[in-house]
Amino acid sequence: MATVTVSRPPLTLSERAYLPQILAGMRITLKHLFAPNVTLSYPEQRPAIPPGYRGVPTLVMDPHGREKCVSCQLCEFVCPPKAIRITPGAVPADQPDRAHVEKAPAAFDIDMLRCIYCGLCQEVCPEEAIFLQNDYSLSGYSRDEMVNHKDRLYELGGTLPDQHFKWDKKKAAEEHGNQH
Amino acid sequence: MTDLLFLVLSAVTLVSAVLVVVNRNAVNAAMFFLLSLVGTAGLFVLLDAYLLAFVLILVYAGAVVSLFLFIIMLLDTRPEAQKPFKKMTVAASLLGGLLLFTGVLSLVLRFTPAPVGADPALAPVGASLKAYAEQLFTTYLLPVQVVGFLLLVAMLGVIVLSKRFQEPESRSQNSGGTA
Amino acid sequence: MIELWSNLPPALQMLLKGLAVIAVIFPIAGASSLAERKISAAFQGRPGPNRAIPIWFAWVPVIGPLLQKLGVFHLMSDGLKMLFKEDPLPGHVNKPYFILAPILAMIPAFTTVSVVPFGAYFDAAGHAVPLMLANVDVGILAVFAVGSLGVYALIIAGWASNSKYPFLGGVRASAQLISYELSMTLSVLPVFLWVNAPGTAGSLSLARVVEFQSQPGFWGGTWFVFVMPVSAFVFLVSLYAETNRQPFDMPESEADLVGGFHTEYGAFKWSLFFVAEYSHMTVGSAVFTLLFLGGWNPLPWVPLSDVAVWLHLADSPVLLGLLSIAIFLGKVILSIFVFMWVRWTLPRFRYDQVMKIGWQRLLPLAIANLIVYALAIAVIQK
Repeated sequence: MATVTVSRPPLTLSERAYLPQILAGMRITLKHLFAPNVTLSYPEQRPAIPPGYRGVPTLVMDPHGREKCVSCQLCEFVCPPKAIRITPGAVPADQPDRAHVEKAPAAFDIDMLRCIYCGLCQEVCPEEAIFLQNDYSLSGYSRDEMVNHKDRLYELGGTLPDQHFKWDKKKAAEEHGNQH
Repeated sequence: MTDLLFLVLSAVTLVSAVLVVVNRNAVNAAMFFLLSLVGTAGLFVLLDAYLLAFVLILVYAGAVVSLFLFIIMLLDTRPEAQKPFKKMTVAASLLGGLLLFTGVLSLVLRFTPAPVGADPALAPVGASLKAYAEQLFTTYLLPVQVVGFLLLVAMLGVIVLSKRFQEPESRSQNSGGTA
Repeated sequence: MIELWSNLPPALQMLLKGLAVIAVIFPIAGASSLAERKISAAFQGRPGPNRAIPIWFAWVPVIGPLLQKLGVFHLMSDGLKMLFKEDPLPGHVNKPYFILAPILAMIPAFTTVSVVPFGAYFDAAGHAVPLMLANVDVGILAVFAVGSLGVYALIIAGWASNSKYPFLGGVRASAQLISYELSMTLSVLPVFLWVNAPGTAGSLSLARVVEFQSQPGFWGGTWFVFVMPVSAFVFLVSLYAETNRQPFDMPESEADLVGGFHTEYGAFKWSLFFVAEYSHMTVGSAVFTLLFLGGWNPLPWVPLSDVAVWLHLADSPVLLGLLSIAIFLGKVILSIFVFMWVRWTLPRFRYDQVMKIGWQRLLPLAIANLIVYALAIAVIQK
């Protein structure tokens, strides 16, 4: 194994006397005394969230306001702390344009006391229905309050302007024959 | 007022002095020693001997007793682990007590209270720093030097006792091993 | 008003003086703790405590938000919290000594204040009369003597807590305080050698030192920090060590001893240690100001008597007294600020470094300083 000899030059007189070093340090701290603050007054001032930030996981709707999740339960399986619990159900009867999707989540719960914000659910979702968005501050008075139910998840998620419309294209392909 | 203070301070001093001797717990004894010193300092203040009072506090209470406490804490003496006195110890303490008693007795028998204001030069000695220092460096110069020399001898003794003297060859071995 | 005061019975006068000391020292200690938080925040580029405000005070237009920004209400709420929170008494401690220790910490902190002069006015004959509670001849000796009793609180607290970290803190405290007391005492000796010139009445009074620094002429008005810089330096460093401030806060070094001697303490008993530390700091700063920074003289070579003539205050002792107190307090506060400045600049020394600095650097320096100045003073004052 190679031996690296670290050179340790002998201390100069001012370094050994220690006092000039102290005064130099005090000069630096005095500069900081008059420097502007580097902190934010948190609840009033919020930090700028960088792109790609992983905040609270949410469910999103497509630009037509329709539910994207098909309750495939991939996110439930991949979730390392098992924070997600999905109860699959049928598509509600009042959404005829989604009837061919077959399934929709009857219940979708994310336990935020378990969630570790890893983003695997977003990574794995085939429908791009679950996103970790910019919200980072959540609190509650009980454990029940810390479980985000489906309606709360949609409220947090809102609508994302992606123009895929995967299920619409599939339905059109079935009706008019495969274009490819 | 002064009489009452004198009685209270004397009582505190004496009672705590007795408690120093009879107490089985070393920390308690040291704390009562401290209390006794503070009482003595109070008595000096009543006599207008401020300098003596504060020197007593500074030297004994500030340094000596705190060192006692320091040592007691480090040694962690148990109150029950007391050995019976040796015969020599008993004899020496009896002799010491006897000497002290004789001294106090002779002082009491020979003491004639000086008439108030008889010697104006003597009165401010305790109060005034300058008079005190002058006495110390003129009249009592020899005792001061002797006491100083005694302390020096004691200090040298401690250094000799605590320092481990090694043979030259073993020392060189040690330094070779640690370097 | 002065007649009314002197007509009171002496016992009542003493009681009122004692209460006055407590009424001054407690707020100063509290304000220092707030200042510590604010100043540390400023050094670290953050605003510091600025949230707490009573609801009715928020309605006051300008003053309310200003006091809130300064964090004044945090001080009050902290004090109330300390007073009302549960005071735990651990089961394994030696109860009498555990309770005695914080009380012992307060006694020297309060007693030393009584011999420190904090201002002066001029009587009809033009003599400066110092404002102090007990004008004893042995001034500085009394401060040192009573101040040295502060070590008992630390030793007893460390020992009575009956656990390892407080014990180590107490051991370190006693060794450190005894070591630095020597240099501190030796460093002020040149000042008193110089003040007590042959032929004058000998005195160790702090007021006398200030009087000496307010004489007319170039040498008369020079503060001792310029005449004896080494003394001032040794005194200041020993003061930092004696008050257990950074970089000498061995007894409570939180990184290696959890909390040092007060690890087992909480609530009000803990806050008493805190108040004691800050009042030691205040008294130490006051003594430093009196000895080396000219006491209540506003500037070097500008004694208070000149200011009194300029402002035509010579015949109104009350106003002049207040002015001198303000000047003196200003210097003390500046010195406390330097304490905090050093604290937020320097890292803590290692324990062996503390001992080495104390015994191998400061003590020889103080002795050499004493010998040089003793010879010089003997030649000059012959």
